[in-house]
Amino acid sequence: MGKFAAWVGYLIVLLGLPQLFDSVLAITILNQMAIAIVFALSYNMLLGQGGMLSFGHAVYFGLGGFMAVHALIMIEFETVYFSITLIPLVGGLIGLVAAIFVGSFSTHKAGTVFAMISLGIGELVAASSLIFVSFFGGEAGVSADRTFGPPFFGIEFFQDVEIYYLSAGWVFVATVFMYLFTQTPAGRMANAVRDNPERAEFIGYSARRVRFISFCTSGFFAGVAGGLFALNYEFITEENLNAVTSGRVLLMAYIGGLGYFIGPIIGAVVLTLMNSLLSNYTELWMLYLGIMFVLTVLFLPRGFAGFIMIHQTAWLRGKLSSLFLPYLITGMPAIMFGGSILAAIEMLHHDGEPFGFLFITLDSGNTLHWLALTAVAAASYYACWRSLGQLNAAWEEANGVGDPTERGPG
Amino acid sequence: MKRLHRSTTFRITLRSLLVGLVLSLFSSISAQEPVRIAFIDPLSGTFASIGTSGLKQLQYAADELFNSKGGILGGRMIEIVPLDNKQSPTDTQIQFRRAVSEGLRIIFQGNSSAVANTLNSTISRHNRRNPGQEILQINYSAVDPILTNEQCSFWHFRFDAHAVMKLNVLTDYIAMNPEIKKIYIIGQDYSFGQVVSDTSIELLREKRPDIEIVGNEFHPIGQVKDFTPYVTKIVSSGADAVITGNFGADMVSLARSIIDSGLDIPIYTFYAAYDGITATLGADGVDKIYLVHNDAGNPLPSEERLAYTRNFKRLNPNNDMTQFRITNALQMLVQAMEASQSVDPYDIALALEDMRFTNMSGEELWMRGEDHQIIQPLHISVHTDQNIVVDADNSGFGLYRDFSVPGEETMVDHSCRMRRPRR
Amino acid sequence: MLEVFVFSTLNGLVTGLLLFMLASGLTLIFSMMGVLNFAHASFYMLGAYFAYSISLKLGFWTGLFVAPLLVGTFGALVERYALRRVHAHGHVAELVFTFGLAFLIEEAVQFFWGADTKNYQSPDLLNFPLFTLFGQEFSAYRGFMITISVGIFLALYYVLTRSRIGIIIQAAITHPHTVANLGHNVPLIFMAVFGVGTALAGVAGVIAGPVLTTFPGMAVVLGSIVFVIVVIGGLGSLGGAFVASLMIGLLQSYAIASNLGMPDLLNLLGLEFSRDHPLNDLWTLTLPQIAPVLPFLLLVLVLIFRPTGLAGKREE
Repeated sequence: MGKFAAWVGYLIVLLGLPQLFDSVLAITILNQMAIAIVFALSYNMLLGQGGMLSFGHAVYFGLGGFMAVHALIMIEFETVYFSITLIPLVGGLIGLVAAIFVGSFSTHKAGTVFAMISLGIGELVAASSLIFVSFFGGEAGVSADRTFGPPFFGIEFFQDVEIYYLSAGWVFVATVFMYLFTQTPAGRMANAVRDNPERAEFIGYSARRVRFISFCTSGFFAGVAGGLFALNYEFITEENLNAVTSGRVLLMAYIGGLGYFIGPIIGAVVLTLMNSLLSNYTELWMLYLGIMFVLTVLFLPRGFAGFIMIHQTAWLRGKLSSLFLPYLITGMPAIMFGGSILAAIEMLHHDGEPFGFLFITLDSGNTLHWLALTAVAAASYYACWRSLGQLNAAWEEANGVGDPTERGPG
Repeated sequence: MKRLHRSTTFRITLRSLLVGLVLSLFSSISAQEPVRIAFIDPLSGTFASIGTSGLKQLQYAADELFNSKGGILGGRMIEIVPLDNKQSPTDTQIQFRRAVSEGLRIIFQGNSSAVANTLNSTISRHNRRNPGQEILQINYSAVDPILTNEQCSFWHFRFDAHAVMKLNVLTDYIAMNPEIKKIYIIGQDYSFGQVVSDTSIELLREKRPDIEIVGNEFHPIGQVKDFTPYVTKIVSSGADAVITGNFGADMVSLARSIIDSGLDIPIYTFYAAYDGITATLGADGVDKIYLVHNDAGNPLPSEERLAYTRNFKRLNPNNDMTQFRITNALQMLVQAMEASQSVDPYDIALALEDMRFTNMSGEELWMRGEDHQIIQPLHISVHTDQNIVVDADNSGFGLYRDFSVPGEETMVDHSCRMRRPRR
Repeated sequence: MLEVFVFSTLNGLVTGLLLFMLASGLTLIFSMMGVLNFAHASFYMLGAYFAYSISLKLGFWTGLFVAPLLVGTFGALVERYALRRVHAHGHVAELVFTFGLAFLIEEAVQFFWGADTKNYQSPDLLNFPLFTLFGQEFSAYRGFMITISVGIFLALYYVLTRSRIGIIIQAAITHPHTVANLGHNVPLIFMAVFGVGTALAGVAGVIAGPVLTTFPGMAVVLGSIVFVIVVIGGLGSLGGAFVASLMIGLLQSYAIASNLGMPDLLNLLGLEFSRDHPLNDLWTLTLPQIAPVLPFLLLVLVLIFRPTGLAGKREE
């Protein structure tokens, strides 16, 4: 019952967001998020569920996208004629075919060998896309127009918001199918092979075959994401299948949390927001992204989703609200400390000229500003450190740690 | 009774004061509403330095030439809105939609022809689907000829001579040198590199059929770490000169490798100056590196131009005025606005077509209406430290003008079939 | 023809040996921790930048000695305070961490030094041609590069196989617990090896900076090739890394120097295609065009047919 409610809620949120955020920019960002969610979820099938680290996943995304754009061109010139709502399927099929081809030789082993092959394939495909100009269009890529297909219930997809609803529909369907995959024997065996391939072989499953199935399914959904990209932007370039895009989806999945199905969704949303919005406020957004990534790997190895999930015990015991105040007490100085570090970095960057940081103006030439910043940093660090004790105590209390008479949840 | 009378007067006074205030506020708002221009180029990432430099030059042009003198169109200030596209076509799309979202109708863009192409198609699509809310594209640097030929658009104006025009001048210059008998062409393997190669071969065949092309090499962009193997081929081919359209790290690596190998031949380039390249080449590049460009090197052609550049340097000590065409573009844009008394892209476009303008260097510019390509004088300059008044990269080295061609002689044919909007 | 061959060989040697300097450090670290350090090329970049900044005030030679020390110290600190932490979460986490570290270092370099190309000059002492062959000069600086690389290989080989420290390190690689039981401080050894490995990368950076240009993208350009080498050579084998480095360096050099391509192959087979053929891009492909991606092709082929690499010792 709870799960069903979650899915309905998901659908409602997907469909309802454009009502709340209806500016052109907001719709753009929502479209981006939709694409990123499908892409990141497909990547998680490989890494989180299958334990296969790939550095070249953008290949399936990009190839799917390129084929989708060519399909749009063919629709425009009436070589073929079908509704553009099926374009993501075209992308998915190409992604599947490519994955079948590459998977046939790359899935024999997992681990470093698999990662290195994926890296090699990624670089090769990215390089060929610049050489084979007739299909890939060189560095300007390939461009198309999505409004020439047959109308879908009267909609001709001139507006971005119409594409959003189509994307949302596809995102929902893709998420459902990817989730269902984790519940099938294939999906479960993928987990088993990830954890202990030898044992999986002992119970009669070919580790290689299981990996191959995961790989192909993952490639299919990556291609679907590529098709959504083609519909949204009506163009695609080499950039969409290169190592940077592959790295980005790794970042998304990892920051969101690999061990949980919902993790990549969170990661996709957070990273899209950072990518689109943060860059408008500071030139150093990529530095902050790098710092955030490294900190997440160091301190939140299970990602944001993991961080949310560790509160599960407390929630089940009904003690979640008792953590609110301790978090506030530790969180406030932590935020102050983080903010002062950010301010210091921005000050160093804006060497000599005053600039606006949040709601105050800072000037790196002004020693008073530096002193104030150091004082704030030191004080907040100290306060945070001192408050950790009470957070720890509250945590143990909420989780019933160390209380022998208390029974576990359920 | 007295009280009532006073309170009524008070209310009337208050009301009229309020109305007056609102009216004056309203009129002052509409009089001072800035003319907002978007600037979409890389402001972070690998190409950030070029994009940021361009932004500073645009900002300087707006402030120095217009905002500090009372603005334009009856007191309106020019506001430049920077949008970072990280040199990525995808991010350009996002920033474009942001511009649309914020009601910006004019976009300046220049770095990367790939991005310019993408922007061009996107803007055409947008303008077709949203009549009355069109966007204007001011391309100040992307030199792929296709943008004013097959892909020309009513809403796109290019303010730099394109690759074929520049090569025309470059090959004229080379043809004047009787000592050059063998030329090696090397470039990045993409559309611009290919245009440079194909066009150079064709033009040289016409002008100096005795020149032999001893090499025509393509290498992947940004991937070659060490150009020495290529230089080996250049040496063994016996070439007297090298032509390349390389830019950025590829340009400086290539130039360094050629110089380091002891090869003392001229290198004809498009982009071998500024942004750290001049400083890196330094003394080794003197009288070897040549550039074809639209901006006059030293000596600067007028006092006004020198003062303008000096002032920019004073405000931005770590930047150079590398893209004077940005200033040209802004000045012509403003003239179009003033002539049409409008900030609507359609009116501006009509006014820009066939506009003639004399810039502060005394150069005559003409925006050809058939393909929206600027016709301007082009120059060939050499990397040196002799007679350099305005240097590059604060290095003491800079560009010295060696050869100039007036605008009319740089014109080439175009294949533009422009679809004009129905209005 | 002969001159092209001679110079290509020399160029290939210089590149190959430089790549080996990077690959050797990476191999050492991999043998130690079982994870490929994605950020290895970033330490190379740091070496170049540190040396550049030092050379501005104190000259190239000071930079040559001080910069690798700085890089090695930084590397050791990264191992001690970050990598060790992540180690507990498994191999994937370690790999992802080094990936994130590479990204962070690239951004940090741009933050501190700016995004433009730095004017890092080779020392005047070596700015003369060592010899001139067929009209092309071979600079003394490149000869210096070869000397340093060979010297480092010999020193590494000697230390690892003949000295006591080397024996301990080799033992700690395969049997860390036994070595710990014998009273050696294994965590310290790990930290030291990581430090030395990254310092080696730093040396490569100091030397290569003037030749391969010092700019924020220099790690990316070299990084993937170094992985290819380490994997092809066989994870964990120094000798294999040496052979693979030279092989890749020479292969790329020869590929660029030759003008062979599909047109020659087609000629041989007696086939010809028009310019409008849909696969025209394939028929006009030349070896120099694909030279930079040949290592990746080789990587995929080796991994398919011989996953342990040429001289593979330790597998994942």
